[in-house]
Amino acid sequence: MTTTDATTGYDAYATGDDAASGRVFSTGGQDWDDVVRAVKEAGDEQLVINMGPQHPSTHGVLRLILTLDGETVTEARVGIGYLHTGIEKNMEYRTWTQGTTFCTRMDYLAPIFNETAYCLGVERLLGITDQIPERAQVIRVMMMELNRISSHLVAIATFGLELGATTVMLNGFIEREYTLDIFELVTGLRMNMGYVRPGGVAQDLPPGSIDRIQEYLHRMPKRLKQMRKLLDANPVYVARTRDVAYLDLTGCMSLGVTGPMLRATGLPWDLRKAQPYCGYETYDFDVHTQDSCDVYGRYLVRMAEMEESLKIIEQCLDRLTSGSAKSGPVMVEDKKVGWPAQLAIGTDGMGNSPAHIAHIMGTSMEALIHHFKLVTEGFRVPAGQAYAAVESPRGELGVHVVSDGGTRPYRAHFRDPSFTHLQAVAAMAEGGMVADVIAAVASIDPVMGGVDR
Amino acid sequence: MSSQHPEQQAEQAADQLPAHTEADRREQPIVRRGMFGAKTTGDTSGYGRLVVRQSPKVSTPRPYGSPSTTGVAGEFDEVADELERAHPDFGDAIERVVVDRGELTFYVRRAHLPAVARTLRDEPALRFELCTGVSGVHYPQDAGAELHAVYHLLSITHNRRIRVEVTCPDDDPHIPSIVSVYPTNDWHERETYDFFGIIFDGHPALTRIEMPDDWVGHPQRKDYPLGGIPVEYRGAEIPPPDERRSYT
Repeated sequence: MTTTDATTGYDAYATGDDAASGRVFSTGGQDWDDVVRAVKEAGDEQLVINMGPQHPSTHGVLRLILTLDGETVTEARVGIGYLHTGIEKNMEYRTWTQGTTFCTRMDYLAPIFNETAYCLGVERLLGITDQIPERAQVIRVMMMELNRISSHLVAIATFGLELGATTVMLNGFIEREYTLDIFELVTGLRMNMGYVRPGGVAQDLPPGSIDRIQEYLHRMPKRLKQMRKLLDANPVYVARTRDVAYLDLTGCMSLGVTGPMLRATGLPWDLRKAQPYCGYETYDFDVHTQDSCDVYGRYLVRMAEMEESLKIIEQCLDRLTSGSAKSGPVMVEDKKVGWPAQLAIGTDGMGNSPAHIAHIMGTSMEALIHHFKLVTEGFRVPAGQAYAAVESPRGELGVHVVSDGGTRPYRAHFRDPSFTHLQAVAAMAEGGMVADVIAAVASIDPVMGGVDR
Repeated sequence: MSSQHPEQQAEQAADQLPAHTEADRREQPIVRRGMFGAKTTGDTSGYGRLVVRQSPKVSTPRPYGSPSTTGVAGEFDEVADELERAHPDFGDAIERVVVDRGELTFYVRRAHLPAVARTLRDEPALRFELCTGVSGVHYPQDAGAELHAVYHLLSITHNRRIRVEVTCPDDDPHIPSIVSVYPTNDWHERETYDFFGIIFDGHPALTRIEMPDDWVGHPQRKDYPLGGIPVEYRGAEIPPPDERRSYT
């Protein structure tokens, strides 16, 4: 350990003329005893701890600046911006369709939700919301619910890890892997798929995917039950989560908190029920609530939501195999908007389907022009603005899209739930123990890609 | 409506708005010249002399309708009536009201924003208890109102959404903060300040949030380039990618 005096030694955080308000200790691991001894010698009661941005339990590059009095947190400040990649700015320089590829990378644990929210916004701008084929809507709902499960699994898995339970972590990530396998089969990619497009989805379900999802539906209930057995009544887990990081309805309302955190205060607010999109009003599912306002309640809400998601996926499969969405297009009929090509797997990987290539290269000059114009220049969107919101695993994911009548977004702004919810860290952590800060942050389940965009 | 195509339908619908006459349109500032945005090379498309003007500022006449209906009084009229009743200087505060694509937008004059927001939140018949943040938009052509701050409000009680839009000129980029009404807007206003340079007066600590504290400029403004900015890291200056190496 290096214990440096700010006036004599090197201090990475206050170099040159910067004034350090007190002594600075840096720790490099295995030297906590030295820090404790040095602090004791200094006789200073207050300790400012800089947690992150590279701390494993902060879900990515989140920086927490904690002022401690003994083990009690007296002040918690949050620093973000370490993963800012300018996605919103970049989208203004690409076509409306290419925007999907950018926004899917924001909240990387819930890419399908980013894409769907964005596409709903674009479709509202185009005025084609009710022209989206039913099969595309059912596939969107199914993919979103699969994604909700995989996202909640990571939330619970990392949560377990942060509280010291590696079994939970391994189980969560193993189950998530099965979801990602389905994503890979359907879209070609495990994450950042760019699968949901304005007007529908990129391609229809490939052969074999229905069977794979059925297998998944058969497997998951048992595995979720196993996870519940591991955690629901686990004395260590309950001691670490019950009555920790309290945030009631008033706090949620004023801080703009939605999603599982809001439902853990007893308010059954779920956009899928309240303001349905993609046909959610036609599915049968429940909105689960808890009234404990604590970390344990948020965990229970997430578990229950995964079980509800399985119900929705089952209904989707029914519609896709025997119901109204058994066959049909997955892209809007309007040729001026709909992507001209369907993808297919060839001998050299995935690409435009051979039939389409033969059509545009061999038989129709007009089809070639149409393809070229739509793919390179993109479609025009009438000027105006729209706001669309979906219920992402973390809460309300809103998108504000503005068009000036051109082929590219004039402005696309995302209201990411993680960004909004991180403001609640101070409200939940101040006055509590330093160990509970981890539980508080984990129960928010922030994804820094979405926070910083 | 004669056309089936949504874009044409929207254009036709826009033409039918009373404020959208030919003369109005000719006086508007130019938004775009040419067809494809080519600025450096000659545009050989034949559309090089095309001039697209900004659409005039419209204001929707009553009745406002509801998210799903137009032409008959509906939910939006209720909101407007209640706001008019509960907010004494409605006429001064609200510049215009626009209903587009099933969404209601109040254009609020900036000085009145906190009072209007408080009414929208507290009035039992309005009760917009949740603000989903502020989104900035930069319209360089909109002289005198270049910077827009767009707030989306949600009422869980009545299950409805409205949009509140506030503008400020580029040379006086001040808008009153509504953090005192909606604490959730703390970070959202910081973000909008960071990216657009709108100064929210009365914000408890208006600092940059995504960009480094010493960053110069506001990246999401339309006059700010995409890339091409050298970055300083630990005293060394790293040029933008396109200038890092000479290929000649």
